[in-house]
Amino acid sequence: MSAAVDEHDHHADDHHDHGPEKGLLRWVITTNHKDIGTMYLLFALAMFFIGGTMAMVIRAELFEPGLQFVDPAFFNSMTTMHALVMVFGAVMPAFVGLANWQIPLMIGATDMALPRMNNMSFWMLVAGVLLLASTLFMEGGAPNGGWTLYPPLVLQPITVGKALPFAIFSVHLLGISSIMGAINIIATIFNMRAPAMKMMDMPLFVWTWLITAFLLIAVMPVFAGAVTMLLTDKFFHTSFFNAAGGGDPVLYEHIFWFFGHPEVYIMILPTFGVASTIIPVFARKPLFGYASMVWATASIAFLSFIVWAHHMFTVGMPIAGELYFMYATMIIAVPTGVKVFNWTATMWKGAMTFETPMLFSIAFVVLFTLGGFTGLMMSIAPSDFQYHDTYFIVAHFHYTLVPASVFILMAAGYFWLPKWTGHMYNEKIGQLHFWLSVISVNILFFPQHFLGLAGMPRRIPDYAVQFADWNMISSVGGFIFGASQLLFLYIVIDTIRGGTGEKVSDEVWEDAAKHGLEWTLPSPTPYHTWTTPPTIVPTEHVLDSH
Amino acid sequence: MSTNSTYYIPHKATWPIIGTVGLMIMLAGFANFLNGSSIGQPLMIAGLLVFVAMLVGWFTLQAKESESGMYNHEVGISYRHGMMWFIFSEIVFFAVFFGTLWYTRNLSVPWLGEGATKELLWPSFDAVWPTNGPGKVGGEFEPMGAWGLPFVNTLLLLTSGVTCTWAHHGLLAKNRDQLIKGLLATVALGFLFVCFQALEYHEAYSEMGLTLGSGVYGSTFFMLTGFHGFHVCVGAIILSVVLFRSTKGHFSPENHFAFEAAAWYWHFVDVVWLGLFIFVYLM
Repeated sequence: MSAAVDEHDHHADDHHDHGPEKGLLRWVITTNHKDIGTMYLLFALAMFFIGGTMAMVIRAELFEPGLQFVDPAFFNSMTTMHALVMVFGAVMPAFVGLANWQIPLMIGATDMALPRMNNMSFWMLVAGVLLLASTLFMEGGAPNGGWTLYPPLVLQPITVGKALPFAIFSVHLLGISSIMGAINIIATIFNMRAPAMKMMDMPLFVWTWLITAFLLIAVMPVFAGAVTMLLTDKFFHTSFFNAAGGGDPVLYEHIFWFFGHPEVYIMILPTFGVASTIIPVFARKPLFGYASMVWATASIAFLSFIVWAHHMFTVGMPIAGELYFMYATMIIAVPTGVKVFNWTATMWKGAMTFETPMLFSIAFVVLFTLGGFTGLMMSIAPSDFQYHDTYFIVAHFHYTLVPASVFILMAAGYFWLPKWTGHMYNEKIGQLHFWLSVISVNILFFPQHFLGLAGMPRRIPDYAVQFADWNMISSVGGFIFGASQLLFLYIVIDTIRGGTGEKVSDEVWEDAAKHGLEWTLPSPTPYHTWTTPPTIVPTEHVLDSH
Repeated sequence: MSTNSTYYIPHKATWPIIGTVGLMIMLAGFANFLNGSSIGQPLMIAGLLVFVAMLVGWFTLQAKESESGMYNHEVGISYRHGMMWFIFSEIVFFAVFFGTLWYTRNLSVPWLGEGATKELLWPSFDAVWPTNGPGKVGGEFEPMGAWGLPFVNTLLLLTSGVTCTWAHHGLLAKNRDQLIKGLLATVALGFLFVCFQALEYHEAYSEMGLTLGSGVYGSTFFMLTGFHGFHVCVGAIILSVVLFRSTKGHFSPENHFAFEAAAWYWHFVDVVWLGLFIFVYLM
C-alpha cells in the first residue's frame, strides 16, 4: 500500500513544483504548513528556555529563606511572566506547531485549509509575545499580580506600572492568533480529509486537536472580554469590578476561570492525542478502546466548561455553588480514568520496546495520573480550604504540565523529528535526557506537595525557616531539570544537522505505517505532500471500532 | 482523484505580516497613549493606516482571485467554515458582556444590599436596578428608556435584515438591479442606525448624566451597546464593499461567498441587537 501511495506522490510532485523560497524571506511569507509548523515549534522551544530561565530565577531565590538575589516585586514579575510565557508562548504554540505539521500528513491533506491565515496566526503570536516581553524593560517592570491578573490587585499602581495595557493587548493578540489557528484546524479536519478517511478513522491526535480547537474558539474571546473590562476599569472609569459602583471583583474570577479551566484542557487534550499515537507504535498493538478515547476526550471538553469555580472555593460562594462545583469536578476523573486505563491496556501484553519517545510517554501516563490524583484531592471543597494558594496547588499543576504536556512534547519531538528531517537522533543522549528529566522533575516538584500541606503560600520570595529543607531540595531538582533540557536543545539541533548519519526508512519505527498515514510518506517529508489524496487509510489504530 | 491538486494553495503571502505589524504598532501606540506618552497617538494612527492598507490590499487580492475562478467548491467550503467559526467567536465575546450584566443584576447588586455588607458597609444602599452602586459612582443619572431611539433602531435593523435577504434573492435570480438596490438599502439603514446611536449617546452624556463612568449600569450599558455599534459599523463597511463589487459585476448565483459572509455577519449583528433591546433596554 505504501509503495503505491509514494509513487502517486512523486508523480504529482513533478508537475506541481513550488519549492521553498530562498533566504530568510521564505519564513516571513510562507504558507506551507510544514514551514509554519517548524516556526511554531522553534518559537515554542525558545520560549520554553526563556520561561525556564525565569523559573531558575524563582528557584534560586527560594533556595534559602531570606531575600538573596532579587527584590520582591521582580520576584512576583518572574512568577507572573513565567506562567504567561510558558502557557501562551511555549506549550500552546508547541501543540499548534505539531498540529500544523501532523494534521495534514495524518489525514491526507495537501496543506492547511486557509494557508494565508495560517501564516498570520503565527506572526500574531510573535507580536503578542513581543508586546508582553517588552514590559520586562519598562518603568515599574513586568506585570507582577499573578498570571490570572486578578483585580483589584492588578489595577493598583504598585502592581501595574506601565505594563498593564501592554499585557492586555498582548492577550488580545494571542487570542486572535489562537482563534485563527483553531478555525484553520477545524476547517482542515472537516474539509481537507482524504475522502477515504471517515471521522472515526482519524488518528486520536487529530480528534483531540479538533475538540481542542472548539475549546479555543469558545474561550479565548472570554479571556479577551475579561481583560477588556480590566482595561476600561483602569483607564475609562467603568465599575465592572468595583463594588462601590455596583460591580464585583469576584465576577472577574468567574469570567477568568470560565476561560481558564478549558484553557488547562487546551494544554492537555493534544497531549493525550500524542500519547495515544506514540504508545501503540512501541507496544506494537492497536490503541485499546479507540471509540472510548474519542468519547472520553469529548466528555472532558464538555465538563471543562462547567467546573470553573473549583479554582475559587475560598472566595466566598454560596454553599450550593461549592457543592455543585465539587461534584462536577470529581466527575472529570471518570473519562480521565478511561484514558489512563486504555493506555495501560494498550501496553498490556504488547511487544514493547523502550525508545526515548516511549519512555517519555510511559512517564507521562504515570506522572500525569499522580497530578490527576492531587487534583481530585483539591476538588473536595473543604479540603481545598487547606491547600488553596499553597505550594500543593503549584505541585499539582506542575505535575499535569511538566511531566505531562512538556514530556509529551519532548516525546513528540523524538517521535517525529526523524520523519521530518530524515535523520535519526542520538538514542543514547535521548535516553540520558529522559532519565535526567524524569528523576529531576520529581526532585523538583514532589517536595512541593509537602511544603503546600505544611502551609507554605505560593508567590512569595521569602518563607519561614521550617520550609527551608524541602525548598533547597526542590531548587536542586529544578537546576538539574533546567540544565538537562540543554541536552534536548542539543539533540534537536544535532538531528536537524544530520543526527547519527543513519538513513531512516519511510516508516522510521517498526510497522509504524500500520498506525498512521504520515509513515507511508518518504523521509524526510517532501515540501509538498498528498497532492493526490491517499485512497487507502491505515485502520490498525481504530481496529476495535470497526 | 484530483481534488487535492485543484484546491488553491496560495504562495508568498505578504499581507499577513503587514497586517500583523500594523496591528502591533497600533496596539503598542494605544498602550503608550494610555500610559500618557506623547508618541502613543502618532503610533496608533500609523499602525491603523498600515492595518487598513492591509485590509484593502488583501481583500482586493481575494476578490481578484475569486473572480478569476481560482477557488473551487472545496475552497468555498473552507471559507464558510472560517466565517462561521469567526462569528461563533464573536458571539462568545458578546456572551461575556451579557453574562456580566446578568451576574451584576441578579447576584452582585442584590448581595451589596443585604446581610453584613449592608449593615456594616453601606446601610443606606438601596439595591435596585438600575444602579451606579452604593458609592453613587459617576453621580446622578437617568437610565435609557426603550421606546425612543432604541425602538426606532430596532425597526431599522430588522428592516435591514429583510432588505439584505431581498438582495440575496436578487443575486440568486440574476437580477443585478434588485441586488444593488437591496444592498444600498441595507447599507443606508445600517449607517442610519449608527447615526441614531450617536444621537442617543449624545443625549445620554449631555442631558441624562449617563456616562461610561455611571457605575455598573453605565459600564454595562455602554460596553454592550458600544461594542455592538462598532460591529454595526464593521458590518456596514463590509456590505459597502460587497455593494461596490456588485456594481462592478462581481458574484454569480453559484459563486458569491463574500456576499454570504457579509449577510451572515449582518444577521449576527441583528440578533445581538435583539438581545440588547430585550436585556439592556426593556428589562
